Amino acid sequence: MSSMSLAVRDSSTMLRRNLLHARRYPSLTLNLLLTPVMLLLLFVYIFGGTMSAGIGGNRSAYIAYVVPGLLLMTIGSTVVGTAISVSNDMTEGIIARFRTMAIHRPSVLIGHVVGSVLQSIVSVVLVGAIAVAIGFRSHATALGWMAALGVLVLFALAFTWIAVGMGLISPSAEAASNNAMPLILLPLISSAFTPIHSMPGWFQPIAEYQPFTPAIETLRGLLLGGAIGHNGWLTVAWCLGLTALGYFWSTSKFNADQK
Amino acid sequence: MTTPTGAAISARGLRKSYGDKTVLDGIDLTVPEGTIFSLLGPNGAGKTTAVKILSTLISADPGSGEVRIGGHDLAADPQAVRAAIGVTGQFSAVDGLITGEENMLLMADLHHLPKREGRRTAAELLARFDLVEAAKKPASTYSGGMKRRLDIAMTLVGDPRIIFLDEPTTGLDPRARHTMWQIIRELVTGGVTVFLTTQYLDEADELADRIAVLHDGKIAAEGTAEQLKRLIPGGHVRLRFTDPATYQSAAGALPEATPDDAALTLQIPSEGSQRALRAILDRLDSAGIEADELTVHTPDLDDVFFALTGPVPQAGESGLPSELQEPAR
Ligand SMILES: Nc1ncnc2c1ncn2[C@@H]1O[C@H](COP(=O)(O)OP(=O)(O)OP(=O)(O)O)[C@@H](O)[C@H]1O
Ligand SMILES: [Mg+2]
Repeated sequence: MSSMSLAVRDSSTMLRRNLLHARRYPSLTLNLLLTPVMLLLLFVYIFGGTMSAGIGGNRSAYIAYVVPGLLLMTIGSTVVGTAISVSNDMTEGIIARFRTMAIHRPSVLIGHVVGSVLQSIVSVVLVGAIAVAIGFRSHATALGWMAALGVLVLFALAFTWIAVGMGLISPSAEAASNNAMPLILLPLISSAFTPIHSMPGWFQPIAEYQPFTPAIETLRGLLLGGAIGHNGWLTVAWCLGLTALGYFWSTSKFNADQK
Repeated sequence: MTTPTGAAISARGLRKSYGDKTVLDGIDLTVPEGTIFSLLGPNGAGKTTAVKILSTLISADPGSGEVRIGGHDLAADPQAVRAAIGVTGQFSAVDGLITGEENMLLMADLHHLPKREGRRTAAELLARFDLVEAAKKPASTYSGGMKRRLDIAMTLVGDPRIIFLDEPTTGLDPRARHTMWQIIRELVTGGVTVFLTTQYLDEADELADRIAVLHDGKIAAEGTAEQLKRLIPGGHVRLRFTDPATYQSAAGALPEATPDDAALTLQIPSEGSQRALRAILDRLDSAGIEADELTVHTPDLDDVFFALTGPVPQAGESGLPSELQEPAR
């Protein structure tokens, strides 16, 4: 068997294993889905009145403003779950067995990644549906929606690989959830909820160039119209860079001698 | 797939230390194909460490010699080694979140068995290890012994030619243990090589073609169970008589013997070698005495184990601890 078909076959076996886990024990998945849904409702119905003033519009304008950020936060929240389940999984004895088998080694991680990206997409679709139900409207064409979905998948892939690395270096589920905390906090210091120009001057470059802001601006452009500019390239560069970094970091951690 | 010498496993100068603690201090191992090799040693001796190195889980320290498994160089081609081996580690290596059957099918998929063959293999092994009833339950709900059986069943998917079993029967009840022994023997009949560690000396005695005792980072002794037992004194030759007169004259001819007047037996300390036996027989012959029964008692593996893995001998003369003069019990 060629090494490519070995990789595909073993990865899909590992994916099946992870989906089986997720189906048998859905509580973590559901918990993590709750966060972005709560945030959506919180920002629209509780803070919405005040926050909309910041962008110079009304409540429905603010829904449009926060949805792209919340979709990305949904991914951030899902990958925290990935870090936790990877770190949990590494304590399972069967991982040692996998290491002694002639399988495509990264498939153990790829199974987690693909499973988690699928989970991110399902969550994003759910949060998106709720957003539409409470008044989010987009004028995007089908092509625009496809492109937006593409950005979300790419973003999920990048952050999932980073989360896998975080899960691998975490000795326990608690440590994993702490290590992955920045993935939840990053969107709070992006253009998700308030425009960059309303932030302190020294902070603006950080907020502007961290991965969430370009991705949010790209989604806004695709779903709501408006210029995307350099944000499109920045998003793709961030995602590919983080994917590569996460992949090499995770696989080298996984291949290292175990303690 | 084999080395010219026909060794399934060969290791030279295997070393491993953690920090400044030396666990393996240059051990040599050779296991011929189709045989059972047992590594014995007290807790913490490094048995699991050796199994982990040989099964590609951890790497040996630099400065170790060559290790070949199934003809493949462990350092150069670990993936080929993995394809040749099956491993049941000391600690449960099953996926607790899925059922026993799903665990088996997972193994079948990872060995790239066709769907139907995978199902058949899984079903066969579940039956062989008495897990049919529990097959649809999550493995985390299994008892220790059931988990162990599932663990070994999973190792056998894909028919590995070389199998590592780190304490395979620990936690099994006597019946399950005997079943396991039977299965191990059948594997070897089919040409499989088994590398076994165990805490049970009777298990090594029962199964192993060769035994090595690991102590203090080194192989303290290696050989068949019989050879090991002869390594240490404590053995004796027993002569039994039916005629009290013959018994009396024999006692006179063999003054070093411990007499038992009631049973009419004499017990002569001896390591049981041919030469020692001949010496005794010669003395009986020249005295014109014939015993009704002669039995040779060698020490059992427990004696060997305690003697070899006792406190380290003073640097110098013999490799055997000085307490060997009186086997510790
Ligand atoms: N990852 C590690 N880090 C530090 N020391 C270790 C590590 N793994 C093993 N050791 C040490 O190596 C020694 C040998 O351990 P090992 O598990 O090989 O023993 P063992 O012979 O299998 O013992 P047992 O009969 O209890 O299973 C022990 O002293 C142990 O503390
Ligand atoms: Mg051990």
